[in-house]
Formats: sequence, C-alpha cells, structure tokens
Amino acid sequence: MTSIQKKLIATGGFIGLMASLLMKYGNPGNMGICVACFIRDIAGAMGLHSVEKLSYLRPEIIGFILGSFLAALAFKEFKPRGGSSPAIRFVLGMIMMIGALAFLGCPLRMLLRMAGGDLNALVGLAGFLAGIYIGILYLKKGFSLGRSYTQHAVNGSVLPIIGVFLLIGLLAAPAFIGSGAAHAPWILALAVGLAVGAAAQRTRLCTAGAFRDIMLIRDFTLFFGVAAIFITALVGNLIFNPGVFHLSFVEQAAAHTDGLWNFMGMVVVGFAATLLGGCPLRQTILGSEGDSDSAVTFLGLLMGAAVSHNFGLAASGAGLALNGQVGVIVCLVLLFLIATLYSRETA
Amino acid sequence: MIEVDARGRSCPEPVVMAKKALDQYDGQEIVILVDTNVAKENVSRMATNSGFSVTTEENGGDVRITCSK
Repeated sequence: MTSIQKKLIATGGFIGLMASLLMKYGNPGNMGICVACFIRDIAGAMGLHSVEKLSYLRPEIIGFILGSFLAALAFKEFKPRGGSSPAIRFVLGMIMMIGALAFLGCPLRMLLRMAGGDLNALVGLAGFLAGIYIGILYLKKGFSLGRSYTQHAVNGSVLPIIGVFLLIGLLAAPAFIGSGAAHAPWILALAVGLAVGAAAQRTRLCTAGAFRDIMLIRDFTLFFGVAAIFITALVGNLIFNPGVFHLSFVEQAAAHTDGLWNFMGMVVVGFAATLLGGCPLRQTILGSEGDSDSAVTFLGLLMGAAVSHNFGLAASGAGLALNGQVGVIVCLVLLFLIATLYSRETA
Repeated sequence: MIEVDARGRSCPEPVVMAKKALDQYDGQEIVILVDTNVAKENVSRMATNSGFSVTTEENGGDVRITCSK
C-alpha cells in the first residue's frame, strides 16, 4: 500500500468517525457532516432562504475553508489561479446543489446515510455513478472549461476571507443571523472542520474523483478514502449512536423513499461534479487553496441552495414535489447542453 | 518528442490529455507540462501505472513530466 493510500484511509476514517460523533452531539440524523446541507444552512443563516430550522453558520464548513487554507500555506501549495469559465462554474455549482437537495445530501452524506442503513442512499449511489459515467463520456470527447491562469493573491484569497467573516458571524451571533438548525457544540464542529479541511487538502480526497478515477483510469487511490468514510461511519454509529442503524428504505432521518428522484438527483450531482472536477467538499478545499474558479463554484452552491428552497425545489421527507422534479430535469438539460457546447473532439 | 501542455487545466483534464498521448506512444519521449502539485501527482501516478518510467523537473511554477518506456 502506498503512502498516499494510507493517508487517504486515515483521512476518510477520521471523517467517518467524526461524523458519527458530531451526530451524537447534536448534528441532524445521518448528517454528521454534509457539505451540501451545511452550505444550505449557511445560505439560510444569511437570509438567502427563509427556512429557520435549516439556518446556521456551520462551523464545519468554516473549518474546511480555514483548515485547507492554512494547510495549503504551510505546504506551499497556496496558488492563486482562475479564469476557467467562472460563470459556467457558478451555474454548475447551483445545479450540483439543486441535485443534492433533491436527493437530500451531497455524496459525503450519501455515504453516511448508507452507514446508517438508509437503503435510499444506495439508489442515490447508483445515480451518482451513472452521472459520473456520463461526465466521463464528455471528458473523453474533450470536454474542458478552458485553462486557468495565475492571478493576484487577493483573488485567490476570497473564499478564505469569506471563511473569516463567517467565523466572526458565528462567534458574534447577532440576531439577524439565523441559527435554528440542530447542531453540535460549535467548538467541536470547528475543530473537526479544521482537521478535515487540512487533511482533505493534503490528500486531495474527493468523493466524485474516487469513482471517476476508477472508471476513467482504473485508479483506486481516492477510493480508499471513500471506503474508509463508510466503514468508520458504520462502526462509529454502532459505538456512538446505538439504535440509529437500521437497514431499511423507510423511517430514515432526513430522507425520502422516492427512488426515481433519489436516483435522478444524484445523476445531476455526479454529472456536475465530473464536469467541475470535484464534489462539493473538493470544490470547497480547492477554493480555499487559491483556486478562484472553485470559490465561484462555492458561491454557486450557496445560490443553488437559495433557489432550491425559495422555489420549492428541495425534497422533504415526503418526497420530491413537482417543482423539484421540474428543477432536476431542467438541471439535466442544462448539464447536457454545457457538456456538449464545451466538448470538442481532439486528435 | 511529443509535448502536451496541460497547464491551467482543472482535474482530471491533465490526466485525460496525458492518457490520450500515452495511449499513442510510438517510442518518442512524451513530455506533459502541468502547473499544480495535484496534476503532477495524478499524471505521474497514471503514467507509472501504465508502465512508463517517469521523471519530473520543476521550473518556476511549471512542472515537466517526461514519460518513456
């Protein structure tokens, strides 16, 4: 086993274990860590949508941003860069969030839901793999959002600076910032976020990249991290959250049983993540190590959460309403359009 | 020598571009230019796994990855 594979197992293992611990200490069910859900909660805290119980400046996300920023600085990997179709990336970020909220979770939460026995997440996994496969077909046809160039250090620091403002908002907690979501103690959440952010920056952990690399180049390196998340979350649940694990489609925390839309929502996420070059976690990490295109993608995720909840596109425990179904189909059409327009056959 | 310029490309484009060139290897050395550590690691790993001997050389912010068999 190579050194990077060992580091990925350690990082993934830490994420899975900490996710079950955060759930024990107050984070929502099977949602110890969810990058999409937590960015949605930040959108709520900022008043970008008005669902009070989905509002909180999640310290985990702040930790991902600042932890990866500091790790990148320490290891001389902070590299301000950008200019690879930022507006398209913003739209892809929105689309990825709308897909995630149709399923109710990013790929990371999908793994945690599987570790809680939620069989709907397996349907989501099938959709995620299908979406990645479609994305790869376009990558092979020469899909590219164009190259990025070196930029001014300030441009590369925008997301870390946003992270600092979010931290100030979290600590100052003024009345105009929403905080109605269930959550673990902020200090624990922030500490976990910082550690995960730093480790994910070092190991390049990516839930979409893991499956993409297997399909594209038969490389299982990143998969070690993803497998470790699932295994330690499973063990962590059995230790910290006895009674949570039950193997079933029904009565799962923050989930619905509408198979078609669980599948389709994750097709959107897998397809968008492959075009973007990474899942929501990876985009957050890249945006914090100087990639301003990924910082724009992060803002797109935030906007996607606002659109999703304000227009009634997000799923609930009851399933995905008609608005959400239309939303997912529109997202898919846009993905095919973008993928086609930016692909050209290369010799 | 065949040169592939993958600088500024986001993941996994450098790997896709490099793989396309390596798949058509005809004995000529193939050089892949990248400009991030991530791309350097990914392309080197892919080329090594495909049976190529790989050397890397850093020059400013750019990295030259030379692949041959």
